[in-house]
Amino acid sequence: MSTAVVQHIAKLANIPITSAEEKKLADGFTTTLGVVDQLKKLDTSTVEPTHQVTGLQNVLRDDGIDRDRMFTQEQALANALHTHNGYIVVEQILDQE
Amino acid sequence: MGTLNTLTLTDAIRKLHNNEITLDALYADVNSAVSSKNSALNIYLAQDKYAEKSAEKGTLSLLRGVPIAVKDNFLTVGLPTTASSKVLDGFMPPYESTVTSKLKKAGGVIFGKTNMDAWAHGSSTETSDYGPTKNPRNPEHLPGGSSGGSAAAVAADMCIAAIGSETAGSIRQPSAWCGVVGLKPTYGRVSRAGVVAMGSSLDCPGPITKTVEDAAILLNVIAGQDKYDATTSPVQVPDFTKMLKTGVKGVRVGIAYIDHEKLVGTPAAKAVEQAAEVLQSLGAIVDRVPLSQTLKDNTILTPDYAIGVYTVVQRGEVSSNLARYDGIRYGHDRTHFGDEAKRRIMLGTFTLSKGYADKYYVKAQQVRSLYIQNFRQLFSRYDVLISPTSPGYALKLGASKDNPMFGELEDMLEEPSSITGLPGINVPCGHDKKTNLYLGLNIVSAQWNEGLVLRAGYAFEQNTYWNSWLKKDK
Amino acid sequence: MAEPTQKHTRRTPIIGMEVHVELKTASKMFCGCANDPFHAPAPNTYTCPVCLGMPGGLPVANKKAVEWTIKLGLALGCKVALFSKFDRKHYFYPDLAKGYQISQYDQPLCENGVVHTELGDVRIHRVHLEEDTGKLQHTTIDGKRVSLIDFNRSGVPLVEIVTEPDIHSAEHAKAYAKQIHEIVRTLEISDADMEKGSMRLEANISLADDPNVLPNYKVEVKNINSFRFLEHAITFEIARQDALLNDKKIPAQETRGWNEEKRTTIVQRSKENAEDYRYFPDPDLPPMTFDAKYVEKLRAELPMLPEEKIKKLEDLGIKPEFAQLLSSSEFPLSTLETLFTAAKGKGFEPNQVASVIINRKLDIRQVKTEHVLEILANTYTKDEVDPKELESAVSAVLEEQPKAVADYKAGKTQVIGFLIGMVSKKLGKKVSPKLLSSILVRMFSSKY
Repeated sequence: MSTAVVQHIAKLANIPITSAEEKKLADGFTTTLGVVDQLKKLDTSTVEPTHQVTGLQNVLRDDGIDRDRMFTQEQALANALHTHNGYIVVEQILDQE
Repeated sequence: MGTLNTLTLTDAIRKLHNNEITLDALYADVNSAVSSKNSALNIYLAQDKYAEKSAEKGTLSLLRGVPIAVKDNFLTVGLPTTASSKVLDGFMPPYESTVTSKLKKAGGVIFGKTNMDAWAHGSSTETSDYGPTKNPRNPEHLPGGSSGGSAAAVAADMCIAAIGSETAGSIRQPSAWCGVVGLKPTYGRVSRAGVVAMGSSLDCPGPITKTVEDAAILLNVIAGQDKYDATTSPVQVPDFTKMLKTGVKGVRVGIAYIDHEKLVGTPAAKAVEQAAEVLQSLGAIVDRVPLSQTLKDNTILTPDYAIGVYTVVQRGEVSSNLARYDGIRYGHDRTHFGDEAKRRIMLGTFTLSKGYADKYYVKAQQVRSLYIQNFRQLFSRYDVLISPTSPGYALKLGASKDNPMFGELEDMLEEPSSITGLPGINVPCGHDKKTNLYLGLNIVSAQWNEGLVLRAGYAFEQNTYWNSWLKKDK
Repeated sequence: MAEPTQKHTRRTPIIGMEVHVELKTASKMFCGCANDPFHAPAPNTYTCPVCLGMPGGLPVANKKAVEWTIKLGLALGCKVALFSKFDRKHYFYPDLAKGYQISQYDQPLCENGVVHTELGDVRIHRVHLEEDTGKLQHTTIDGKRVSLIDFNRSGVPLVEIVTEPDIHSAEHAKAYAKQIHEIVRTLEISDADMEKGSMRLEANISLADDPNVLPNYKVEVKNINSFRFLEHAITFEIARQDALLNDKKIPAQETRGWNEEKRTTIVQRSKENAEDYRYFPDPDLPPMTFDAKYVEKLRAELPMLPEEKIKKLEDLGIKPEFAQLLSSSEFPLSTLETLFTAAKGKGFEPNQVASVIINRKLDIRQVKTEHVLEILANTYTKDEVDPKELESAVSAVLEEQPKAVADYKAGKTQVIGFLIGMVSKKLGKKVSPKLLSSILVRMFSSKY
C-alpha cells in the first residue's frame, strides 16, 4: 500500500492526515489487507453475497406525518456550532454556482 | 459501606417490591461505590445527577427504579452522548434511543454513561478518547471492549445491571474479561434506533449483567420490533425469564474451536472442556465439532476467515456511517477523530472504492454466506455450540497499542456468530486466584434462539461456582 | 431580444436527459417528517433524527413513494423489477446530511421504457427512487462568504428518470420534457413545478460525426428551470461544441450551468475523473420484492395517460394537432365528450368545439356547456347571405380600407380578421369567417 494511495483514500474519505501519518497508515493497511487476503483461499464462485442476515423484505412505512419524532427548529439547531436566522452556517465552498 | 450495590437485578427488584430495602439505601450504596472507585477505574463518563428522582417514578414498574449503566453510544436525552470520541464532545442528544426509552418505561434509571472504545472500534476500551477503563478484577489489566465500561460497571458493582452493544465480541468479550454475564441477541431482535451506528448489518444492543436471569429480565424489556428500525424483526418476543429453568437434558451441545492452533492446550480450551463435562453431567448430549479450513458438513469452518469478513464489512459500513460527522450540524470536525477511527474509516473507504469493491467487499459478503450455510447445517445437528469466548485472560493495559488488528484477533471466536447474526451469551467459566482474572464460556445458537442460549447458560451458572454473585466460594 | 439561432451543424447532436421529480407524498422518503419544503414556516422546521443525519438515525422507506415510482415506470412503458433495493451513494457536501445519499444503483425499480413524442420516440433507460438533499444558499455575513443550509428539503422523495441518448435536437428535448411533465401531472404524483424545483431538468449533450458512433465525451448541463431555457441551453451547447470540434478540439467533459442572463453555459465542475461514489446496498433497508399480481394491480390503478387520450380523441374525429393540445389533464376526456355531444346536437363538429376551446383558452372544468355552445354559435354562424351581396360588401370594404389592404400586401396577413369584422358590420349579419376569409384571399390575389 503506497502513500500515494493513502493520500487518495484520505481525500475520498474526507479525513485530514499529515504526511507524518501517511507512512504509518500505509503500513497498517498493508498488515490489515494481508489478513483480508486470506479470503482468497475460499472458493466463492457459486455463492451469492449476503448483505442482510435477517431475511426481511418489504419493510415499508405508511405515508403519514410523525409529529412525535419531528424536531422543533430549536432542537434541530441546538448542537450546531454556527447558526443564523434559523439556518445552519458553513464556510462557503467555492466550486458551485 | 453498605453492600446493596452488590445485589443482582433479580434480587434488587424482588427486595424493592417486598420493601425489604429502600431506593434511598440502594442508591446510597451504589453512589458510594462510584465515588470510591470511578476515578481510578474510569468507568463512567457522565452520570445523572437526578437519578434518584427518576428512580422514584419507576417504583411501580418492572425494574423498580434500579440504576442501570448504559454504554455511551446510546443516545440519552439529558445526558451527553459521545461514543467516547472527541468529535461528539459535549453532544446533547435531542432524542432518545429506543432501548433506553424502553428501559425508562419499564422503570429503569439510566444511571450513567459508560466508557467504551471510541466509536466501538476495539476490544480493549483503550481507544477511548477519554482514557482507558481498568478491569475492576485487576486494575493492571484491560476490561476488554468495546463495551468495557459497562462490563466493568457490573464487575465493580457500580450499577445493578448494564447495557452494551456488540458488533463482533463487544458484549461477550469484555464480559468474559470482567467475569460477568453478557448476552448478544440475534441481529434484528433489539432496535438500533438511537444507537451511534458502527456496523449497520452487525450491531446488536444487549444486556451485560451479574447473572443469566438478570440478562433475561433485561432482554424482555428491550427486545421487539421497532417502527424506527427497519431491520428489526416482527418475530414474537417470548418471556425469556420463563425459558430459563428447564435444564439441559437432551440438549445437543457441540464443542467448537478448541482444536484451533491458537487454543490447543490453553487454559481457555481446558475450561471449556470442563464446562462441557458439567453440561454432560446435567444430561446434555455433548460432542466435539472438528475445525475445518473449508466448508464441510459436520465440521465448523475456521474462524480465521471470519476475521477477514468482519474486517472488511465492518470497516466498510463504519466508513459510511461516520461520514455524517463533519461538525456542521453537531459535534466537531473530522480533525477530532482518533487514530483508530481514522484507520478504520480509511480502510473501509478503500475496500469500497472503485476497482477494489469486488475484490474486497463483495468477496467478504460471499464468505459471509459460507458461514451462514455452515451454521445452518450445524444447527440441524446441534442445539447449541460452545467455545471459549476469548483465547485467554484479560491482557494488560497497553496491549492493544499500535496493533491495527488487535480487536479482530481477540474477537476471533465471536466473529463467526456476529457476521451471521446469531445469538450468543458469555458466562464465567474459569478463574485465576492469583490474578483474580476470569475466563468465559461462549454459548451460541440458531437465529431467534436466545431462549435456548439463556437456558444453557443458566444451567451452567447454577451448577458451578464461577459466578461471583451467586456463590461466594471462589 | 434576439433568440439564439440553431447554428446549422452537419454533426448529429446526441442528447440524453435526466429529469428529477419531487413526489408530493405527505411525508418524506425515509422518515415521517412533513414533505412540504416550499411552504415550511421557517428553515429547519421539518427535520428529525433521520433527515438531519443525527447519530443513530435510521431510514424507513415510504410505501407510497415506492408505489408511485412503479406507477410512473409503468406509465413510461418500463419493466418493473421483481427485486429492488436501495444503495448508499457517498460524497461530501454540506447539504448532504449523512455524507451519503440513499439512492438506487444497480437494481432500480423500473427499466427499459419508451416515451413517444411528436418528434420521435425516446427510450427510457431507468426510473429510480432516491432522497433529495437540503438546500444551500450563498451569502455574506459580516464580510465573510458563507453558505446557509436548510434541511427542510433533505429526505424528500425524488424520482430520477434517465433516457438513452435518443434525443437529437433542442425541440425534441423540449417535446420529451413536456411529455414527462404531462404524464407526471396526470398521475398526480408531483406538482412538477420547475420554478419551485419540484421538477428539474438536466441534459447530457455531445455531437457525433457519425450518428452510429457515440462520441467519446459528453457535457452535462444543469440549472435549467424551464422548457424555454432547455431549448436555449441545448441550442447554445450544440453551437459551442460544434465550433470547438471544427477547431479540432474535443469539448471538455464537464458540468456546465445554464445562465439565462448571459445566454451561455458556464463551467461548474470538471468531470474528467468520474466521482467514486462507493455504492453498496444500504444495510439499514431490507430489499423489496414485487410479484406480477401486485404490479398489475398498480397498472390497473393508472389514470388515462396522454397518449391513450390522444388516440381516443382522434377516434372521435379530432385533428392530431388539436388532440395533442387537448391531451393535458386540464381537459378531462369526459368533459370533452359531453361538449362534443352537446355541440353535435346543435349542428357543430368536434373540431369546431376543439378550435374554440383552444383559441379562447377555455377552462372547461369551470365553463358551462351552454356558454360553449353560445361561443360556437357566434363563431360559426349559419346566417344565410346572398353570395352577390357578400361579394359586393367585401369589395366595398376593400375600397374603404386602403391601409388594411396595404398591410395585407406587406405580409401582415392577420389583418384579414379585421376585414372580416368590417364586412360583418356592413352586412349587419354574422357571416362564416372561413367563407369570408376565402373570398377575401381570392379577391386579393385576383385584384391586388
